Amino acid sequence: MQRRRFLGLMGAAGVSLAASGKAKAAGKEFHGYPGSNAVLFDATRCIGCRECEAGCQKVNDLPMPEKPFDDLTVLDQKRRTNSDNFTIVNKYDVGREKPVFRKFQCNHCLEPACASACFVRAFKKEPNGSVTYDASVCVGCRYCMIACPFEVPTYEYHEALTPRIRKCHMCYERQLEGKLPGCVQACPKEALTFGDRDTIIKIARERIRTNPGKYIDHIYGEHEMGGTSWLYVSGVQFDQIGMRDVGTTSAPELTAGALAAVPVVVGLWPVLLGGIWAVNKRKEKIAAQEREEAVKNAVAETQEKAQQKMSEALTKAEESAQRRIDNEVKKAVDEALKAKEEEAKGEGEDSKQDEGEGA
Amino acid sequence: MSAETHTGSKSVMTPFNIVAGIIIAAGLVVTVLRFTGGLGAVTNLDDNNPWGIWIGFDLLCGVALAAGGYTTSAACYIFGLKRYHSAVRPAILTAFLGYALVVFALHYDVGRPWRLPYPIFVQQGYTSLLFEVGLCVFLYLTVLFLEFLPVPFEWLKKTKVRNILVKATLALTIFGVVLSTLHQSSLGALYTIAPSKLHPLWYSAYLPVFFFVSSIAAGLSMVIFEGTLSHKYLHRMMDQEYQRHHDVVVLGFARACSFVLFGYFMIKVIGVAYDNTWHYLATGYGTWFLIEMLVFVALPCFLYAVGARDKNTKLIKWTAVLTVLGIVFNRFNISLIAYNYHLPSSERYFPHIMEIIISVFIVTIGVVIFRFISTRMPIFYEHPLYKSDH
Repeated sequence: MQRRRFLGLMGAAGVSLAASGKAKAAGKEFHGYPGSNAVLFDATRCIGCRECEAGCQKVNDLPMPEKPFDDLTVLDQKRRTNSDNFTIVNKYDVGREKPVFRKFQCNHCLEPACASACFVRAFKKEPNGSVTYDASVCVGCRYCMIACPFEVPTYEYHEALTPRIRKCHMCYERQLEGKLPGCVQACPKEALTFGDRDTIIKIARERIRTNPGKYIDHIYGEHEMGGTSWLYVSGVQFDQIGMRDVGTTSAPELTAGALAAVPVVVGLWPVLLGGIWAVNKRKEKIAAQEREEAVKNAVAETQEKAQQKMSEALTKAEESAQRRIDNEVKKAVDEALKAKEEEAKGEGEDSKQDEGEGA
Repeated sequence: MSAETHTGSKSVMTPFNIVAGIIIAAGLVVTVLRFTGGLGAVTNLDDNNPWGIWIGFDLLCGVALAAGGYTTSAACYIFGLKRYHSAVRPAILTAFLGYALVVFALHYDVGRPWRLPYPIFVQQGYTSLLFEVGLCVFLYLTVLFLEFLPVPFEWLKKTKVRNILVKATLALTIFGVVLSTLHQSSLGALYTIAPSKLHPLWYSAYLPVFFFVSSIAAGLSMVIFEGTLSHKYLHRMMDQEYQRHHDVVVLGFARACSFVLFGYFMIKVIGVAYDNTWHYLATGYGTWFLIEMLVFVALPCFLYAVGARDKNTKLIKWTAVLTVLGIVFNRFNISLIAYNYHLPSSERYFPHIMEIIISVFIVTIGVVIFRFISTRMPIFYEHPLYKSDH
C-alpha cells in the first residue's frame, strides 16, 4: 500500500529502511487476505457458560483463575480482558426476560489499528486472519492500546523488565495445525462458528434472513474499522451489549492524512525557509548598499557644498583682499600724490623764501 | 566535614539545594520501585488507560514547551530578526534540556527502555505516527546538541571546532524547524487514530495542525516566562547586551504570540465548524472546552496585544504564565481528560502520587542542569573572545 511507504521518504534523512517485501494488495484499500478465516459470534445462542474462557486458558497455558470457570457469579460484574485472560464473557441485562451474553476478545481487524500504530512492527496481520504479536521487538510503549478502538491489547503492568502486550491471537499456531481456536472448540452451544470470512458473512446473513424478528439487521465487524475477522450477530442493538459504534474507517485511513503531510513538509519547508532567509539576506544586502550609497551621496553633497562655500569664501576673500590692495594702493597713491603736492608747494614756498632772503 | 566544595566559601545548604535534594532523593526511591516492581507498582495505569501523566505531561507538554528553541532560532536566523539574538542561547539550551529530559522520562514509561533505539535501528514501523515522533525527536535532539555545542566549546576555548559549528547555524536551524514541524504536529496526529475514544470537541483531523500552531505560542511564551525567571535568579550572569535586548525580545514575542493565538483560535473554531460539533458546546465537556478556548486562548491573545501596545512588560509576563498553563491544560485535555470520555468514572485514570513525584523529579533535574550550565557557560552573556562575530 502506497500510504504505508510515505514515511519511507524519511529514509533520506539517514535511516535505512528494509522495505517490507510483501505487497499486500494491488489497490489502495485492503479488504483482507483472500480465503482468510473468521469467527462468527451469535449472541442469541450464547448462554454465558464460560466454557470458551476455560478453553482459551487451557490452550494458551494461561494461569487458572481463583474462582473456577463454572462459578457464574463473576458474570454479575463487568469484566474486561487482561494479561491473564484473552477472552471473557459479559452479561448484559437489556430489560428482557433473559440477559444477553457477549463474548469479548481481539477482533482481528483486516487493517489492525495496533499493527498500523506499532513503531517496531510487532503486530502482523497473518494471511489466515490472525493478528499476531512478536514480543522480541516490543518496546512496551503501549501505543497499540491507545490506538485499538476495541480496547483489546493488555499489558503486563507488574512485570519489571520484560513486560509484554497480551491479547488473543486467534490461536494462530493451532490454525496452522488445522485445529480450531480453543474457544470455538470449547463452545457447547455453537455460538461460535469458524470458517473462511466470506462464507461466515454469508452464514450470518442467512441467519438474519431466515429468522425474522430474532436478529437485528447488522453484522458487527463486517465494516467496523474497515472490517474485522471476528463477526457478531445479535438480537439487541450492539451498544446495549457494550459494543460501541467505532465507525467504518480503517486505522491506516485515519492516519493517512497526517502521514501524507510528512513528505510535503520535508520537501517544501527547506525551500520556503531558505527562500525567506534568502529574501531577508537580499533585503539586508540592498539596504546596506543603499545605505552606503546614501552615505556616499551625502558625503559628496557635503563636500560639494563645502567646496562651493570655500570657493565663494575664497572669491569673497580675494575680492576683499583686492579691494584692500586697491584701497592700499589708492591710499598710497593718494599719499604719494599728496606728498608730491606738498613737496611742490614746499618748493614754491622755499623759492619764495629764497627769493625773500635774496631780496 | 566536606562542606568545602569547588564553589569555595559559599555553603551548599541553600534553600534551593535543600529542596532540589529532597525531590531528587524521592525520585531515586521511586526509580528503584519502578524498575523492580514494574509500572504497576508505581502508577495507576491500567489496560483501559495505558498512558498517564508521564506521557501527558513529560512528553506532550515537555515537547511543546521546548518549542522556544526552534521558534527563537528561526526568528533570529531565518526571519532575520537580529535583535532577538540574545534570546537564542537560553532558548536553545532550554530546548536541548527539554528534549533530553523527554527522552529520559520515556525510560520510565516504556516497558523495555533499552529497546528505545529499536524503531530506528532494528525494525521500522513507518506506518506509525509514533515512529515519526521517535525519529524526529531523535534527529532533533542531535540538531539541538550541535546547536548548543558552541557554548561549551567557547567555554573551553576550542575556537576551531566552535567556528565550524557556528558556520552550520543556518542549515541546522532549517533542519530544526522541519523536524519540529513534523514531530510537534505528529504528537497531535497520534490521537487521530482513535476517533471513538477522544471526545468529538477535541478530536479533529486537524489535530496535527492544532498541535503545531499551539507549539509556536508555547515556545514564544516559554521564552518570555523563562527569561523572566532567569532575570530574577540569574541576573548576575547577564551582560549589558542581553539586558538591553531583554525588553525588545519580550515586546516582540508578545506581539507575535498574540497573532499566533488569534490564528489558533480561528482554526479551532473552523475545526468545530468542520466537524459540526457545535451541539456538544452545551454539555459539560462543552463548558470545559469553552474554558480552554476563552480563558487560555482568547484571553491571552487579547492581553498580549494590550501588553505589547502599552509596552507593559509586567502584563506580558503574567500573560506568558497564563499561556503556558493553557498549553498544559490543552495537552492534558487531549491525553487524559477528553480521552476515554466514554468510560464510566470508576474506570478513569487519576495519577498516582509516585507518578507525580517522578514528573517533579524530572523537572527539578532540568532546573538544576540549567542553573549549572548557565552559571558557568556563555548563555546570558557573550564570551569576550567571541564577541559580536555572528
